[in-house]
Amino acid sequence: MSHDMEHPPLSPFPAAARLALADTQLRANLRHATHTIREKRDAAVAEVDDWQALRESGRAIKERTLRHLDSHLLELEASVTRAGGTVHWARDGDECNRIVADLVRAHGAREVVKAKSLTTEETRLNAALARHGIHALETDLAQLIIQLAGETPSHILVPAIHKNRAEVRELFLRSLPQAPADLSDDPRALAEVARLHLRERFLAAGVGISGANFAVAETGTVAVVESEGNARMCTTLPDVLITVMGIEKLIPTWEDLEVYLQLLPRSATAERMNPYTSLWTGVRPGDGPQEFHLVLIDNGRTSVLADEVGRQALRCIRCSACLNVCPVYERTGGHAYGSTYSGPIGAILTPLLVGVRNAPTLPYASSLCGACYEACPVKINIPEVLLHLRQQVVGAEGPRTREAVAMRLLAVLFGHRQLYERAQRVGRLLQAPLARRGMIRARLPGPLAGWTDARDLPALAAQSFREWWGRGR
Amino acid sequence: MEVLERLGVTVEFPATQTCCGQLHFNTGYGPEAARLARRFVETFAPSELVVSPSASCVAMVRGHYPRLAALSGDQGLIDAVAELTPRVLELTELLVDRLGTTDVGAYFPHRVTYHPSCHGLRMLELGERPLNLLRAVRGIDLVELPGASECCGFGGTFAVKNADTSVAMLTDKLRAILDSGAEVCTATDSSCLMQIGGALSRQRAGVRTMHLAEILASREQHAAGGSPSGSAGASR
Repeated sequence: MSHDMEHPPLSPFPAAARLALADTQLRANLRHATHTIREKRDAAVAEVDDWQALRESGRAIKERTLRHLDSHLLELEASVTRAGGTVHWARDGDECNRIVADLVRAHGAREVVKAKSLTTEETRLNAALARHGIHALETDLAQLIIQLAGETPSHILVPAIHKNRAEVRELFLRSLPQAPADLSDDPRALAEVARLHLRERFLAAGVGISGANFAVAETGTVAVVESEGNARMCTTLPDVLITVMGIEKLIPTWEDLEVYLQLLPRSATAERMNPYTSLWTGVRPGDGPQEFHLVLIDNGRTSVLADEVGRQALRCIRCSACLNVCPVYERTGGHAYGSTYSGPIGAILTPLLVGVRNAPTLPYASSLCGACYEACPVKINIPEVLLHLRQQVVGAEGPRTREAVAMRLLAVLFGHRQLYERAQRVGRLLQAPLARRGMIRARLPGPLAGWTDARDLPALAAQSFREWWGRGR
Repeated sequence: MEVLERLGVTVEFPATQTCCGQLHFNTGYGPEAARLARRFVETFAPSELVVSPSASCVAMVRGHYPRLAALSGDQGLIDAVAELTPRVLELTELLVDRLGTTDVGAYFPHRVTYHPSCHGLRMLELGERPLNLLRAVRGIDLVELPGASECCGFGGTFAVKNADTSVAMLTDKLRAILDSGAEVCTATDSSCLMQIGGALSRQRAGVRTMHLAEILASREQHAAGGSPSGSAGASR
C-alpha cells in the first residue's frame, strides 16, 4: 500500500452512519430517490433481451484491457498526440492538480468552467485551483448545488441526491442573484435559474475542464455522456479544454463503445440513451477548443491493478447502479462513506485506492446481500472484493485486537467437538438468569450490546439438537 | 429430520461437525475459516449427500470453500473440496431437485409470509423452490411479502459492527412483514430469522418466525403447537 502516508484515515463508517441515520429528512429523500431509480432501472434493463450477454461483454472487454493497460495507454497517447492533443501523466492527485493549475495559469484564466468529474473530486482539484486564485465553476446542476452549499457529492451520479427540491430552492434564493423572489420549487424553475447563472459564464470562459467516461485508444477519442448539455458546453465553447481521466477509463477500440453506451445509460439513469454524448478527437481548426490536454492519472490505480481480486474494481464505469440498489446506501447516504466514491463500489474502491489501513471500516459497511453484484453492468463481484479486503483489514490490525482474540477462541471451540459441546452447556448456565421464555432481553456486554439494544436474542435451547439426536430421539 | 425421514431419506448426523467457518471468513479471518473448512470436508467426506437448512452455510461451502482451499495451497484440500461441494445441498434443493417433491405432506393452518434470504436468493438462486414447497402445504394461507428481495440487515457481524444501519434495514423489513398481515414469517436461513425474530419479539409484534423446515415438518397433530421437536437450524 504505497499510499499509506499520504491519506489521512477516514472517519469510521459506523459512527458517520449513526449520524446520517438520525437525519429523517435525509432518510426520506434517499428512500424516495433510490426507490424511484430502482424501479426505472429494472424496467430499462428488462427491455434488453441480451442484457446478460451485454454485461458479460462489458466485463470481458474491460478485463482484457486492464491486462494490457500499459500498451493501450501508450497507444492512446500516440493517438491523442497525432490528433493534435497533448497528453500529461500524473502519478497522484497533487501532480494532476499541479499540471492543471499550470495550464490554466499559462492562459491567464481566473475562472474555468467544469463539467462534472469524480476524478477531480478525488484529487480535490477545485481547492488546489483556488490556492492559485482560480475559481472553478461547477456547471452540472447537482454539482453546482453541492458547490453552492459547500458540500461534497453524496452520490456518484447524482451528487445532490440527499437534497430535495425545497432545500435546493432555499439554497438558490440565498446564493444566486438571478433567483426571483417568488422562485418555486418546480425542477424546471430551479434549472432555469441555474441556467441563467451559468450561461454567461460559459460564453466568457477561456478554459474548460472535464472528466471522461471513456477514451478510445485506437482513435484518441474521448467520450463524455451526460443529461444536461453542460458538459457539451464545457468541452466545446472554451478555447482550451483540459480533460482529467483515470487510466482505467480507457477502452481499446471504437467498437467497444457500442457495448458501454448501451450499458451505462440504462444502469445509470434508466434511459435507453442519454441525452448528450460528446465525442472529440484532438483539435480541429476553427471548430471547438483549439488546445486539448488529456491528463492521465494513476493515483493508486496501478496498485489496485496489482491486486488479483481487487483489480476488478477498475472495471467500474461509474454508473451508480450499485448505490441505488444498496440497502446500506439507501439508509446512510453517501457522506457516511467519507470518500469521493460511496456505496458498494466506494466500499471497495476507496480502500483499494488509499490502502485498507486508511479506510478499515469501509469493507465492513455491507451486509453482503449481493444486490450490487446483481446490478453491476460490468459484473464486479463486490461481495467477493469486500471479503478479500476484510482479510486484509484483519491482517493489518494484527492478532491482538479484542475481536481477533475472540475469533481465535471461537475457532478453537469450533475445532473440537468436546469443547464445542461443553461451551454449549456453559452458555446455557450463563444465560439462565437472562433468558425468559426462550429469549434474552437484557443488555449484553461488549459488542453484543449492538444486538440487544434493538433485538432480543434467542436463548440456547434446553436440549441441543445433538443431545436430542444422541439420546436416540 | 421429520420431513426427510417421512420421505424415506436415511439421515446421519456426524457429531464431530461444528461450524462451516462462515462467521470467520465473512469477518476477515481466513486462516481460521480454512481450518474449519478442512474439518467440514473431513467430517462429511463419507456422506452421499450433505444437506443444510441454512442457505448461507451452503453458499459458504459451495461459493467460498474452493477459494479458501486454493489460498491454502494444499492440493489435498483443493481436491477434497472439489469432490465434496457438488454434494452439499440446501434443504429445498434436496427436496425439490433430488427428491423431486414439493408436497411433503405438511399441514399448517396459518397465515405465512416468506422472506427469501439474500444468500438463498442471489448466491444459490433457490428461486421458487421454497415457495413451491410452501404452496403445497395444506391449510396454509401464504401471503406475499412486500419488498421481499430486500436484505433484513443481518449480515453476520454486520449486525453488531454496524448495528445502527442493520437495525434501520431491519425496521423496514418488519414494516413489510406487518403490512403483509402474516402471523408467521418463514425463511430458509436461521440467521435472518434470528434477526427478524429478535426484533419481532422485542417489539411484542405478535408475529413469530419459523424456519421453513419447521413448517414442512408440521402435521395435523402438531398444528396447535406449531414447532415440532428438534428445530432444524437453531441448534446447529
